[in-house]
Amino acid sequence: MEEPRTPQVVLRNVTRIYERGAAGPVHALGPLDLDLPKGEFFSVVGPSGCGKSTLLEVIAGLAEASDGTVSFEGKAIAGQVPEGVGVVFQEDSTLAWLTVWDNIAFGLRRRGAMPGEIKRRVDDVVRLMGLGDFARAYPAQLSGGMRQRVCIARTLVLEPRLILLDEPFGALDQQTRLLMGDEVLKLWRETGATVFLITHALDEAAMLSDRVGVMSARPGRFLEIVETGWPRERDSRIAAHEDFGRLTSHLWSLLRDESLKALGYRTAAA
Amino acid sequence: MRPALLLRLATVLGFVVLLEILCRLGVIPNFTMIPPTTMALGLYRLLISGALLPDLETTLSGVAIAVTAAILIGFLAGALLHAVPRLRRALDPFFASYYAVPVWAFYPLFIVLFGLNDIPKVIIGFLYAVVAMIVNTLNGLDRVPPVLRKMARTHQMGRGATVLFIILPSAAPHIFTGVKLAIAYAFIGVVGSEFILASAGIGYQISFAYNNFDNVILYSLILFIILFVSTVNLFLYSWERSILQRRGGR
Repeated sequence: MEEPRTPQVVLRNVTRIYERGAAGPVHALGPLDLDLPKGEFFSVVGPSGCGKSTLLEVIAGLAEASDGTVSFEGKAIAGQVPEGVGVVFQEDSTLAWLTVWDNIAFGLRRRGAMPGEIKRRVDDVVRLMGLGDFARAYPAQLSGGMRQRVCIARTLVLEPRLILLDEPFGALDQQTRLLMGDEVLKLWRETGATVFLITHALDEAAMLSDRVGVMSARPGRFLEIVETGWPRERDSRIAAHEDFGRLTSHLWSLLRDESLKALGYRTAAA
Repeated sequence: MRPALLLRLATVLGFVVLLEILCRLGVIPNFTMIPPTTMALGLYRLLISGALLPDLETTLSGVAIAVTAAILIGFLAGALLHAVPRLRRALDPFFASYYAVPVWAFYPLFIVLFGLNDIPKVIIGFLYAVVAMIVNTLNGLDRVPPVLRKMARTHQMGRGATVLFIILPSAAPHIFTGVKLAIAYAFIGVVGSEFILASAGIGYQISFAYNNFDNVILYSLILFIILFVSTVNLFLYSWERSILQRRGGR
């Protein structure tokens, strides 16, 4: 099948430099190139401060590249979030004054969808995400994991073709993260959307992804893009696969020196 | 009924009963204070006679104008200061020391400028209330999580829609606290000004009764002020509580 390999997101020579006055400019990212085929699950790992979130913001259109180009479905992204792109952030972005149901319906209402359509789509997503018992609850009445589910549901209900996840499970405990990972995989298969995940957890990246981009310390560049070779039908039990350990070891071997650099150690001494 | 509420009611009731007994037994002379039941009876007579209505109207209209102006101007000033950090840094020390300045000291100046009418007391009510509104608006806007602004952009929301659907609802609890304080401060400013130099209003009537040794009117009006302001505040407090409870205190 040719169609799934069509690049949906294309980055060419993307660089991001922050002008910070007295401290001087900070070269945060790039230059880097990346092609994301439609329907792929792509994860990015890298040391702290390497520009992972900056990369996601540039792809989302939340930040502009200082140099280079980013395009989504053939159209350049320049500081504006294109239609068809959904973002889930690490921080809780539920709207505290709305119920779970209204949080999920928020984007559809802003787009002027008809009430009948809103009801149908929100009810579907509420069911899909297992939020049925909490539809009338307020975010403050939910756990961190449930709130993050609401944020994912609010993104999914808009049927994005590209889903950007910025460490969405970062604040959750290990068991919840594994289960949320399974849910994301299920949703990825069901929606057919492209998923771009930023994570600091190597096992999470290895478990969920078709490919994992390993970034260097700042300025972030791809050291290597690793193909996992997992089948599309997979879940957290893939961690028991004999290749899983080899894969995470390989990711760590790529990352170790970069992580030491990010912490200010000399790699030769380490 | 919750134990805390019961305890609160019992404390108030106990104090009132004790005062009643002390006044009735003459431990507190009637020249100093009248029994609470006499105050309540006096207030009842005042209310049904309608004699209080013109003064009540004068005070409440003054408070209403001061509160409305303080809320509108305070909110807009807070939003402006939030948008212009340099201006905010310049004015922050003034806000920090603002309530150390006795605004009533300017009352003679306002009378010279605006005449012996309702304007000086409304200005004093406004000056007392407006800074509470500015400071709480700033607090509210400061506490809007940055991620919500990003989320708004991912929903292709413009500046106006972001303010209306994200920033204002998110900042609402703090803005509401500003409104609550503005009402309380405006009451203090307006009624206090009426004590000093006015020709009408509840504060003026209390002062008049005090100067004429009319304890029944004096204490009836004090009781009225306490009941009125407490009722308004209780209403605002329970409204605020219901908003905060839904948000889990966030």
